[in-house]
Amino acid sequence: MNLFTASVHRDLLVHFRHPSEMLNPLVFFVVVISLFPLGIGPEPGQLKEIAPGIVWVAALLATLMSMDSMFRSDFEDGSLEQIVLSEQSTFLFVLAKVVSHWLLSGLPLVLLMPLAALLLFLDEAGVWALTLSLLLVSPTLSLLGGIGAALTVGLPRGGLLVTILVMPLYVPVLVLATAMVQAAEAGNDTIGYVYWLLAILFGSMCLAPIATAAAVNVATDQ
Amino acid sequence: MLQVQNAGCERDGRLLFENLSCSLAPGELLQIVGGNGSGKSTLLRVLLGLYTDCQGDINWSVDEAPLYLGHRLGIKQSLTVLENLRWFGVLREVLVDEVRIHEAVYKLGLAGFEDSLCAHLSEGQRKRVALGQFLIMDNPCWVMDEPFSAVDVEGLSFLMAILQDHLDVNGGIIISTHQPITIDRPVNTLALQ
Repeated sequence: MNLFTASVHRDLLVHFRHPSEMLNPLVFFVVVISLFPLGIGPEPGQLKEIAPGIVWVAALLATLMSMDSMFRSDFEDGSLEQIVLSEQSTFLFVLAKVVSHWLLSGLPLVLLMPLAALLLFLDEAGVWALTLSLLLVSPTLSLLGGIGAALTVGLPRGGLLVTILVMPLYVPVLVLATAMVQAAEAGNDTIGYVYWLLAILFGSMCLAPIATAAAVNVATDQ
Repeated sequence: MLQVQNAGCERDGRLLFENLSCSLAPGELLQIVGGNGSGKSTLLRVLLGLYTDCQGDINWSVDEAPLYLGHRLGIKQSLTVLENLRWFGVLREVLVDEVRIHEAVYKLGLAGFEDSLCAHLSEGQRKRVALGQFLIMDNPCWVMDEPFSAVDVEGLSFLMAILQDHLDVNGGIIISTHQPITIDRPVNTLALQ
C-alpha cells in the first residue's frame, strides 16, 4: 500500500474504533437544525425561506467542530514528525488526511442533508439543490479547513483559532451555495453556480494541500 | 554518515550548545549525555532537521533517511501492534513482509499482543512497539532519544544486543541516554553542559 491509501485506511480504522469523534458533529448538526422550528415556530412558509441559510451555517459549524482534530492526534503521538522525517511527500499525506476527513465528516453531512431539509419544509427542488451544493462544497471545506488545522496543531488550545482563521475562507462558498439553493427554489437554472463551486473545489484541491503541507512542516519544527 | 560543524542552538534565550562539531561513521555509536534540559533531545532534532532554528552545517551522507525514536513514539493508541508496525513500513516506503513483522513482535517480547490496541499496552510495551521499527527496516542510521526509559532489565539487554548487531553490519547509531552502554564496541561520547 502506498502512503495515500494506507493513510486513509488508517484514519478510517481509527475513527471506526472510536466513532464518537465522528458522530458528535453529525448529532450537533441535526440538533441545531431541529432547534430552529422550535425557536421560530412551525410555520412552513417562514422556515422554508430561511432554510438554506440555516442548513448551511449548521453544516459549516459541524465541519469546523471536527476540523481541529484533523492533525491533532497525529501531532501528539509523534506520527506527524515521522512523516516529515520519512522524506515521503507531505503533500500526499495531507491530501490523504483531507480525503479521510471528508469521508468521515463531509459525506455523512451530505447524506443527512435531505433529512435536515425535510425538517425545514423545503420542497423537492430545494432538497436536491441543497444536497448537491453540499456535495460540491464539503470537499472544499475540508481542504481549506486543513490549512487552519495544520497551522494551529502545535498550539495547546487551537480549536477556536481554527474557526477564526478558516471562517473568512468559507464565506465565498457559503454565498454561492445558498444562492444556488434559492435559485433552484425559484425554479431558475443553477448550472452556473455548479460551475463556480466546481472551479473553487478544483482550485483549492490544487493549492490548499501545498499550504497545509507547509503548515505541517512548521508545526513539527520545534 | 554524518558530519556536523559548528552547530549551535539557542532556545528561549538560553544557549544550549555552540561550536559543536561531531561526526558519525559506519559502525560507530555516538552517545549524547547531559543533564535534564541540557539540550539532548533538541540536538537530536537539530541533527534530523526537525528543528531548524539553529546554526552550523549538518551533512548527512546516507541513502535512506535515519530512523528516529523520539519522546513521542509515533504509535497510534487505537491501532494494534501489527498495524502500527506496518505503518512504520509504509512511512519508509518499504514493503515489509509479514514474517519479518511477526519475528520482530516475537523478539520484542510482544508475542500474544499482536492484535492488542496500543492503548491497552503498558508504557514499556509501547516503547517496544516503537523500537520495532528498527527491527523491520534496514536503514543504515538510527537516532534514538532515551530508548532505555520505561524498558525493563530484560528489554535493556535485548536493546544492547540489537545495538551491537546494527553496529556489526556497519550501521551508525546516535543515542541520547544516561544509561551506560554495554557493548563490545568503542562508544563515542558527546557531553552537553
